[in-house]
Amino acid sequence: MAIDTDTARKIARLARIRVEEDRLPALAREFDAILGFVAQLEEVDVEGVEPMTSVTPMRLKRRPDVVTDGNRQAEVLLNAPDAREGFFAVPKVVE
Amino acid sequence: MTDLTALTIAEARDALRNRSITAPDLTEALIAAIEAGRPLNAFVHETFDLARQQAEAAQRRLDAGMAPDLCGIPIGIKDLFCMEGVPTQAASRILEGFRPPYESTVTQQLRKAGAVTMGKLNMDEFAMGSSNETSVYGPAVNPWRRRGDDTPLTPGGSSGGSAAAVAAGLCLAATGTDTGGSIRQPAAFTGIVGLKPTYGRVSRWGIVAFASSLDQAGPMTRTVRDAAILLSAMAGHDPLDSTSADLPVPDYEAMLTGDIRGKVIGIPREYRMDGMPEAIEALWARGREMLADAGATIRDISLPHTKYALPAYYVIAPAEASSNLARYDGVRYGRRARLAQGDGIIEMYEKTRAEGFGPEVQRRVMIGTYVLSAGFYDAYYNRARRVRTLIRRDFEQAFASGVDAILTPAPPRPLPPRAALRGSGADVSQRRVHGDRQSRRSAGDQRAGGAGCRGAAARSPAHRASLGGGGSAEHRPGDRSPGRVLGKAGEVVVGSPVQGAGR
Repeated sequence: MAIDTDTARKIARLARIRVEEDRLPALAREFDAILGFVAQLEEVDVEGVEPMTSVTPMRLKRRPDVVTDGNRQAEVLLNAPDAREGFFAVPKVVE
Repeated sequence: MTDLTALTIAEARDALRNRSITAPDLTEALIAAIEAGRPLNAFVHETFDLARQQAEAAQRRLDAGMAPDLCGIPIGIKDLFCMEGVPTQAASRILEGFRPPYESTVTQQLRKAGAVTMGKLNMDEFAMGSSNETSVYGPAVNPWRRRGDDTPLTPGGSSGGSAAAVAAGLCLAATGTDTGGSIRQPAAFTGIVGLKPTYGRVSRWGIVAFASSLDQAGPMTRTVRDAAILLSAMAGHDPLDSTSADLPVPDYEAMLTGDIRGKVIGIPREYRMDGMPEAIEALWARGREMLADAGATIRDISLPHTKYALPAYYVIAPAEASSNLARYDGVRYGRRARLAQGDGIIEMYEKTRAEGFGPEVQRRVMIGTYVLSAGFYDAYYNRARRVRTLIRRDFEQAFASGVDAILTPAPPRPLPPRAALRGSGADVSQRRVHGDRQSRRSAGDQRAGGAGCRGAAARSPAHRASLGGGGSAEHRPGDRSPGRVLGKAGEVVVGSPVQGAGR
C-alpha cells in the first residue's frame, strides 16, 4: 500500500513530531519502503496462531497492593526543564 | 611490570587478591588508557572521580579479605543505564542534561560487587542502529584496522562504544544491551565476547527502554570466562522488573568445563545466505569442523521462518519504541525546545521531539505509531506477533529434537568501513531494507578485511555464548549450562578472542 503525503503528515502528527511540509514526500517514500519490506509477512500462514505476548512462559507476578514509594517531590522535579512551586510547568493547555 | 590494561577480569581478580596489584593502580592505568584512547570516542561521560573513590573502597574490601569477583575491576557502562548523578542520555539530544536521581538495578549490583565504573559508553541513539552513527556524541571508532589500510571502521552497534572500549583496553569489560543484535554484532566486529542472556535473566529496571519485549542487558568482555563472571554479577531476580525471572543465579564460571563431547550442534540451512563472502563461509566451516573435532555432533537443521524474523522485528521493535519513547515530551526531564510566542502544549511536544530525536529515532517512532494506529493494528502488529510465535516455534522444535545449541555466523559479512555505512542522507532502515545488496557489494570489496577483526559473538534466546571465529551459538532458553560449556569449548578449540587492540 502506498503511503501518501497526507498519511505521512497524519503519522507525524500522531507521533507528536513536527515535520516540515517540504520533508513529507521524502518521509512518505521512506515509510513506503519500510512497509513494503514488512509486507513479506503477508506470505506467512498465521491461521490459528496466537500472537506472542510473553517472551518466556511466565505469568506476571502480583504483589501486595501497598504504597512502596513516595515523598520524592524534589527528585521528581529535579530534571524538569521548567518546574515552579512544586509543579511541572508547561505552556497554556486551554484557552 | 605487566600491562594492567590487558588483563582479563579473571587475571585481575587473582592479581588483586594475591596483592600483586592494587585496585587504585589498576584504575589509574585504565584512566590513562581512556585519556589516550579519546580519539575512539568510546567513553562519552568519564567519571574518574567516582572511579577513584570506588577503587579506594574496593581496596579496603580486598585488604579485609572480603572481596567478590568484581571487586576493584574497572568496567564501562553503556549510556543506556541510569546511574545516580551521572549523565545518562541514551546518546540522544532529548536527554541532554539528564542526571538520574536513581541507579539501574544492574549498575547497583555491579557497584555492590565492588566494580569500578569508569564512565558512560557511546552507543546508537536509544540503541537504534548498528554502526554507532546515530549517536548524538558522534560515532565511536573500532580500534581495529584492515591490514595495510588506515580507514576508520565501525565498531558496530548499538553497543559500539562498549565494544570499542573493551577491544581497545580502556576497561576490562563493559555492559551492553541487545534488542536486535546490539551486543552480538559489535562484539563480532571488534573481536570480543558478547552475550545476550535469556530474556528476564537480567533486570531491565533503570535501563532506558527501547523495545521492552526484546531488550536485554548482557556482558561484553574479552574472554568467555569473563562473560561468565560478569553475567553472574549482572543477573538476578528484581521485583522492580515484572518480567524478571525468579530463578537462582548459578555460578556460571564454575560451569566452564570446556567439554562438549556428545552435544548436538544444529546448523540451520536458512542461515547460509547466497553470496556470503568466502572468508566468512570459510570461518563458519572451520568453526563447524572444530566443534566436531571437540566431540560434538553436527546436525543440519531447518528454521523455516528465519527470513521473516527481520520484517517481524521491523514491526514489533518500532511499535514498542513508539510507546516507550512517548515519555520524552519536554515536560519531566531532558531538553525542551525553545518555543515561539503563542505556542501551546502541542507545539511544545512536536518541536521538542523534532529537535530532540535524530532522524532514525523519529522514523522508528513514526513507523511504530503507524503500525499501532487504528485500522492497521491487526494487519501489521498482530500479524507480526503471530509470526513471532512461529519463529519461536522453529527454535522450540529444533531443541525438542535433541539439538543442544545452534551455530550461526555472527554477522554474515565482514564489517564495512564507517563511510560505507554513512549514506548521503540515507537512513539506516532504508539501507537495511534495500541496502543488503549494497552492503554485500562493499563487503566483497573488502574481501577478508573483516577477518582481521574476526571474532566472537553470540546469539541465542538463552545463552549466547561466543565462539571465536565469527561463530555464534544459540541455546535453549533457560538452559543454564550449554551456553557456558559451548562458549568455553569454542574458545578452547577456536582460540581465545583477540585481546587488546591494534591501537
